[in-house]
Amino acid sequence: MYAFDIERPATVADAVAALSNEDAQALGGGQTLIPTLKARLASPEKLISLSGISEMQGMSSEGGALRIGGGTIHATVATEAAAIYPALAALASHIGDPAVRNRGTIGGSIANNDPAACYPAAALASGATIVTNSREIAADDYFQGMFTTALDEGEIVTAVSFPIPEKAHYEKFVQPASRFALVGVYVAKFADVVRVAVTGASNEGVHRWTAAEEALSANFSADALADLTVSADDLINDLHGSAEYRAHLVKVMTGRAVSKAK
Amino acid sequence: MTKVTMTINGKEVSGDVEGRTLLSSFLREDLRMTGTHIGCDTSQCGACTVHVNGKTVKSCTMFAAEAEGAQVSTIEGQANADGSLNVIQQAFQDHHGLQCGFCTPGMVMTTAALLKINPKPSEQEVREHLEGNICRCTGYHNIVKAILAASGQDVSTIAAE
Repeated sequence: MYAFDIERPATVADAVAALSNEDAQALGGGQTLIPTLKARLASPEKLISLSGISEMQGMSSEGGALRIGGGTIHATVATEAAAIYPALAALASHIGDPAVRNRGTIGGSIANNDPAACYPAAALASGATIVTNSREIAADDYFQGMFTTALDEGEIVTAVSFPIPEKAHYEKFVQPASRFALVGVYVAKFADVVRVAVTGASNEGVHRWTAAEEALSANFSADALADLTVSADDLINDLHGSAEYRAHLVKVMTGRAVSKAK
Repeated sequence: MTKVTMTINGKEVSGDVEGRTLLSSFLREDLRMTGTHIGCDTSQCGACTVHVNGKTVKSCTMFAAEAEGAQVSTIEGQANADGSLNVIQQAFQDHHGLQCGFCTPGMVMTTAALLKINPKPSEQEVREHLEGNICRCTGYHNIVKAILAASGQDVSTIAAE
């Protein structure tokens, strides 16, 4: 790693002020950033640790939505969200491994927008609102491609607010070495609409599968997908799986997610 | 350099660290507590697992500065007060849960955390909890057996492999 200093502000306001330095970078749980720094793929002068900011911790229910502080670790979501939004808790309980879940945060995952990360699929399928230090952004506007989001320089994800669906499930086909999703599909059924978000599959990062959403909104059953096909165009093609294989997995994972949704 | 202070295995320790100093480096190089091993340095293998405020973390993927004020437990603090092996360590020995032993500190720390939240885990739960701890010698079978034995469950019907 190149040398850098670490600051540990106690409030969002102090963190935002510290991040106004253009050579500063926010540090969440570090489960992606620290390996990136070790590989010398980033060279910030200063890391602004968000782990000591109490206002970004924990979760609360408000008006049919579950609001989770951006600094909340996956292990906390896995246990404390289980009664309120079980599909989201189940997703959190299968990110990485137990030690990673004790450090990695939802805000870090959403801000990084890794194309194979789990949380972006949950946020997009749930129609979540990404709350930052300065504004609220709808998930549909927030995710803008692989490692790309609507966040401005120095903007912090302070919370994510998830509308709670009637039924939901996340089905992940695990890439066994990294434990990221080779393909993961999050299906969320609301009273009037079904939303389907796919992670791990596309060069464009997390995205909605609108044809499946229409079919499932009319008939919420895996059978409703029978006549649909997924194009392999622009899907990820690497040593772990071809684009065609990923296209196949998208449909299979979606079907399983629908069948298991509760 | 920044001064950090934390409690390790019940003893308060301080040291001057750079921002980039990993908790694993602080333990091994500054404090000479070399029981915590570095296997991969990419947060895959889990040999560097320690507890920070009671939760397992990969100490190679956490900065020492982030452990300011924390309660840290390492393998050096696991033995009984008289120096004898604790229940988990003894079970690993009894059931041949190690060969080269390199991954064992991380395995023991991960097991200690598991048994605290789940005192009688099923075999499946043990295997899932070990997802972040890699052993290249044993094939895991005897590690799982040792953990089940450490939890007080009867492992006499599990065949050795």
